Amino acid sequence: MTTAVKVTGLKKRFSDVQALDGIDFEIPEGSIFGLLGPNGAGKTTAVRILATVHRPDAGTAEVLGYDVVRDPHEVRMRIGLAGQFAAVDPNLTGRENLRLMGRLAQVEPSYIPPRVDELLASFDLVDAGDRPVRTYSGGMRRRLDVAASLVQKPPVLFLDEPTTGLDLQSRQELWNTIRTLVQEGTTVILTTQYLEEADQLADDLIVIDHGRIIAQGTAGELKRQLGGTVIELTMGEGTDVDKAVSLVGAVVGREPERQGMLLRMPSPDGSHLLTQMLRELDDEGVQPTAVALREPSLDDVFLALTGHAAEEAEAQGNGRAS
Amino acid sequence: MSTTTVGTGRLPVVKRSALAKEYNDGRYMIERNLIAYKRVPQLLVFSTIQPIIFVLMFRYVFGGVVALALPPSIPYVDYLMPGIFVQTVVFGSLAAGVGLATDLKSGLLERFASLPITRSAVLVGRTGADMVRNIFVVILMFVVGTIVGFRVHTNVLGLLASMALVVYFGYALSWIFATLGLAVKDPETAQAAAFPILAPLVFASVAFVPAESLPGWLQPWANHQPVSAVVIAARRLVLGGPTASYVIEALIWCTVILLIFVPLGVRTYRRAI
Repeated sequence: MTTAVKVTGLKKRFSDVQALDGIDFEIPEGSIFGLLGPNGAGKTTAVRILATVHRPDAGTAEVLGYDVVRDPHEVRMRIGLAGQFAAVDPNLTGRENLRLMGRLAQVEPSYIPPRVDELLASFDLVDAGDRPVRTYSGGMRRRLDVAASLVQKPPVLFLDEPTTGLDLQSRQELWNTIRTLVQEGTTVILTTQYLEEADQLADDLIVIDHGRIIAQGTAGELKRQLGGTVIELTMGEGTDVDKAVSLVGAVVGREPERQGMLLRMPSPDGSHLLTQMLRELDDEGVQPTAVALREPSLDDVFLALTGHAAEEAEAQGNGRAS
Repeated sequence: MSTTTVGTGRLPVVKRSALAKEYNDGRYMIERNLIAYKRVPQLLVFSTIQPIIFVLMFRYVFGGVVALALPPSIPYVDYLMPGIFVQTVVFGSLAAGVGLATDLKSGLLERFASLPITRSAVLVGRTGADMVRNIFVVILMFVVGTIVGFRVHTNVLGLLASMALVVYFGYALSWIFATLGLAVKDPETAQAAAFPILAPLVFASVAFVPAESLPGWLQPWANHQPVSAVVIAARRLVLGGPTASYVIEALIWCTVILLIFVPLGVRTYRRAI
């Protein structure tokens, strides 16, 4: 298999923030690669460097064999980018936006109108195609934005948080579109804060935090690293949650994560630990109202790796990721 | 123009010479910005109402006073209109900064930066569209002026040269404000930052009043700053009298501005994203 993207020792600093602090990865052609991490982790910076928008301070990045610094034009001929914002012109109609992107991507003119019709149809924008984009809903804009990155049928596609602001149905439709593109040979690089999304789509993924890769592999591998299952105990009103935390902590050997009345902890040996835990709690008269044993999600992976949840990190992040 | 393929599945690409590409990319961007004027006519209406009010105000309110300082052979409205042409394009040049800052905020410039277009296409598109708008607005002002009594003392050629000079000046100014808009990165800031630059250029000039009517300390500035240089040349072209040296001075101003701000603007654009 040939390599679509190759990144070595990539570093980028913005005045006071080290956005990327030396990252390496390789993406085989025709796969979906997930870049995961909280806001400000460096995902967007990595995408912008690969899409030739920013230049790296150090390290190299190649797209289909072309260096992003030495041959930016060749890279631009082969990529599509849907950035973090719905970057379409509000005064143009949907059709005009797509036509403009086709022209700027230097597509042979006779190929543009049929391609635009095709995209309007597959993104459910046929009826809205001749209306100015400023009359669109947020979800429609986002769909048009993704469509705009596909006009030239780019061999390598960058999607920076493509489903942010989409409802569940649109999100699933977009996932299907992405899967179809990959079947046709496109390589997709996807950043997301939705761990569920990476789980659903990505063949391989890296988790970035503070500009460094803190984990990589398939979603399955990452979950296995965490060990079998996750235990969740919901404590009822009036129970001594602090006491429950210390009791459970003593059994597991580490403090469980606490969210209000919910205690959560990974369990390498599944139900055995749970039984022991419940016996301890029962002896002390602390009764959980609900008990759950489930497969770990990437959220659990993220928590285990960084010590904080993805959502918390997002709240702490200072707005726009750079 | 020929077609080539660059990768699996990628739609065929048009190969153009560097010059043809520069032209095409710029033209697509100009078209894009002109569509905005068509779709949002308020943009154009409000940018023309203000100069029309200026014409009426100066012609009928202040005109009587200023006329006392002018030779009797020159009615104030004839003196005023070239100043109005220039004032119109000067305030219109703000749009480039506001427009580019808006595109930057919306993420459009990030997308453009990932496309295989020339480095200058985005700025050429913005300033080019504003030049088309300026041609329209200057013609409109000529019509409004004619209605309130403006007469050309030279000939049609003089009038066209005068308008062309004003439009060229507006184009040069658009590059200054394009650079400013990309430097401050925010549409409201771009608007706010421009006014303190523009006001002394337009009002402490000979656009509406002769230099002799200004305080002595202000006169050297008012006689030689770029807005005045262009106003004087535009005025000579329609009113007659010695013209060539004034036109040359005005052309030098415009060209120097472009020589500085075209490269600076393109650089600022690449760093802004």
